[in-house]
Amino acid sequence: MNPTENKTSCESEINASLRVPLLALFGGAAVWLVVGLVLGLIAGIKFHAPDFLGGCPLMTYGRVAPAANDAVLYGFCIPAALGVALWIFARLSQNPLALPLVPVVAANLWHLGVFIGTAGILFGASTGHVWLEYPRPAAVLLFAAFLLIAISAAATFGWRTEQTLYPSHWFLFAALLWFPWIYSTANLLLNSNQVPRGVVQPIIDWWFANNLVFIWLALMGIGTAFYFLPKIAGRPLASSGYVLFGFLTLIFFGTWCGIPQGAPVPAWLPTLSSVAATLTLVPLLAILIVTVKTTCGSSVSCLGGPFCFVKFGMMCFIASGILYASAAWPQYSRVLEFTWFGVAQTQLQLLGFTAMILFGAIYQLLPEVMGKPLPLPKFARLHFFLTILGVLLFVVPLVIGGVVQGGKLADTSVAFADANAAVLKFLRISTTGQLLVLLGALLFAVNIFIMTIQWKIGVARTVIAYIKSPLETVETSEVKS
Amino acid sequence: MKTGVSVFIAAFVALGASWCGFVLAPLLQLGGAKQTVILQSTDNWPLQRTGDATLGLQIYRANGCAACHTEQVRQTGVACEVTLTGLGVHKPDDFIDFAKSLFVLPELADFTNAITANLKGWTGELPRTLLTCDDKSLADEMGDRLKAVGIKSETRIVATGPDITRGWGFRQSVAADYLYDQPVQLGSLRAGPDLANIGVRAPDANWQLQHLYAPKSVTPNSTMPSFKFLFEVRKIGAAPSPDALNLPKEFAAADGYEIVAKPEAKQLAAYLLSLKANAPLYEAPFTPVTAAK
Repeated sequence: MNPTENKTSCESEINASLRVPLLALFGGAAVWLVVGLVLGLIAGIKFHAPDFLGGCPLMTYGRVAPAANDAVLYGFCIPAALGVALWIFARLSQNPLALPLVPVVAANLWHLGVFIGTAGILFGASTGHVWLEYPRPAAVLLFAAFLLIAISAAATFGWRTEQTLYPSHWFLFAALLWFPWIYSTANLLLNSNQVPRGVVQPIIDWWFANNLVFIWLALMGIGTAFYFLPKIAGRPLASSGYVLFGFLTLIFFGTWCGIPQGAPVPAWLPTLSSVAATLTLVPLLAILIVTVKTTCGSSVSCLGGPFCFVKFGMMCFIASGILYASAAWPQYSRVLEFTWFGVAQTQLQLLGFTAMILFGAIYQLLPEVMGKPLPLPKFARLHFFLTILGVLLFVVPLVIGGVVQGGKLADTSVAFADANAAVLKFLRISTTGQLLVLLGALLFAVNIFIMTIQWKIGVARTVIAYIKSPLETVETSEVKS
Repeated sequence: MKTGVSVFIAAFVALGASWCGFVLAPLLQLGGAKQTVILQSTDNWPLQRTGDATLGLQIYRANGCAACHTEQVRQTGVACEVTLTGLGVHKPDDFIDFAKSLFVLPELADFTNAITANLKGWTGELPRTLLTCDDKSLADEMGDRLKAVGIKSETRIVATGPDITRGWGFRQSVAADYLYDQPVQLGSLRAGPDLANIGVRAPDANWQLQHLYAPKSVTPNSTMPSFKFLFEVRKIGAAPSPDALNLPKEFAAADGYEIVAKPEAKQLAAYLLSLKANAPLYEAPFTPVTAAK
């Protein structure tokens, strides 16, 4: 994104400062991704064999399904996005990460929070609010950890040597402000002792979920993509006017989406959301134009490389946004609400868009940060093909299944059980897709772990060498004296 | 966007605006909501749940039932329905021809058509719907004409829509229904049927318990998982427990054992029975069916 970015001696210093924080964030994220996808697969299998692991209360569908979603979002997407954002901040500022110890502590707090939250859901301590299921202790840890990382990122930016502000900055900055605001609002109102009465709870929850799953992930994902696409393509980001327009319209319109059309709330709320969702097509178009103009005609050949990951992620973002907007139109919502269509959109946003862009970014930046190539580059390539196939097999049948289910539910001559049974064959294909995504995630995790272990062995060697070396110098100096 | 401050301000204004709209405004509008009064009655709505049902809501939350079940009925509109409640001196056999003879004028052809369609295959059971229309004055006119010749009918307001036709509720769910839910669990996916009115649809606690223990024993092609862990298998003591589930043979415990609901299962069943959407409210009117009988 930044052709003037001077690759001088400070580069190795930047990479060195990021090594430990990024390994801490990405290592935990890789574990949670695998855990989340395994839980998701268990939840998926339950539709084919309802009594699979049925005797165990921890593994009942209503606990496993939200635990799986939260593990992918809170366990993988957010920490991985924060790690990538720290790297982008340091690179664009052209100075090392400020307070490098803070994100290391934060990463561990974050992953501890996700652990407590996941265990909490599985043991029945979920709050019952969608995307806000983590019980109070986990929420406190996540909030504190996010603040610490945001402080480190802001300090890195504040002490920058390169003064220019890039489009990636806008998106990532906004995301740093976004999360503490929405997470504290939602938790203080819904996860405290004095909870507002009645439907105010789901309204606040929908506001939070929209701002986290749609807007926050979009800010992080697009901010990352708009850094890596031009950087890998080797040319500047196209039409910065469109980028600014897309950014502003996304945050001004997108934040008003999220209230379902059939919700039992005062009618002005879903109406506003419907209008906002339609207007959100405007930033989608702007972002699509920028992405196409930046990538098309570039001479990058990248069979399964980071460039492909990021491009596929952006395509999924556009698709996910269109699905999101179309489900908010009253005439479609009447059919699509309460079907698998919504699940498909969420999974496309999480796995197709955010996770893909983060995979690409991590595959691109981790070798630079660690100063050595990926241990298993073929795994990364295989990961790409497995994931695109997996995401398509996961999401497309659910979209079609959702439309079929909605049509059958709206037709009262079809019994409910028959409408439900009609979806099962679609669910079967989508469970296969889940399995492929999981296999891809395992390949990703293997790469990350080998890198971590290599680094740990390297550190151990340095330490041993350090312990040995002073003795020698002392001995020699004694001889000299 | 040349400086960090301008980005911060833009983001702050954008998120702040939606915070005011979707957090602050609903809190001000609905945060102080109180009970309302049921239409044409002095009873309050909704009622506070009993202790067991309140505990049951927490079982519902802990097991994530809302992952597959919604608690929200939608309606697409309202209609007026003229329901036949008494034939006076007429017999079912000659009623259809008599009714048609009442509406021979060309402008009343709609009435004749509706009666012909609605009374197809009718064998005389009451009440029976004669006319469904959007216009209250039309329904009233038909009612008046029937009354003039000694036929009893009632004009009812009914909610319409697929959810209503499926019998999931009498009217749409409205904000007032969730006053005492903590947390409110509307659900977003109907992998299972809607539960907003399950307390009216399946009012038998034993049916609920049996369905929780072995869903397939009551609805053969159910995809609901069994909630066996809310039940215990006990050796039958001196006499079988009166609480033991009465299951079909293929689902029952081994000989000498019985399956008894733990308190959690009973609380969950009590909560399910407390879910009712059968009170006409100002914002969701309908004429209760019981009045037609």
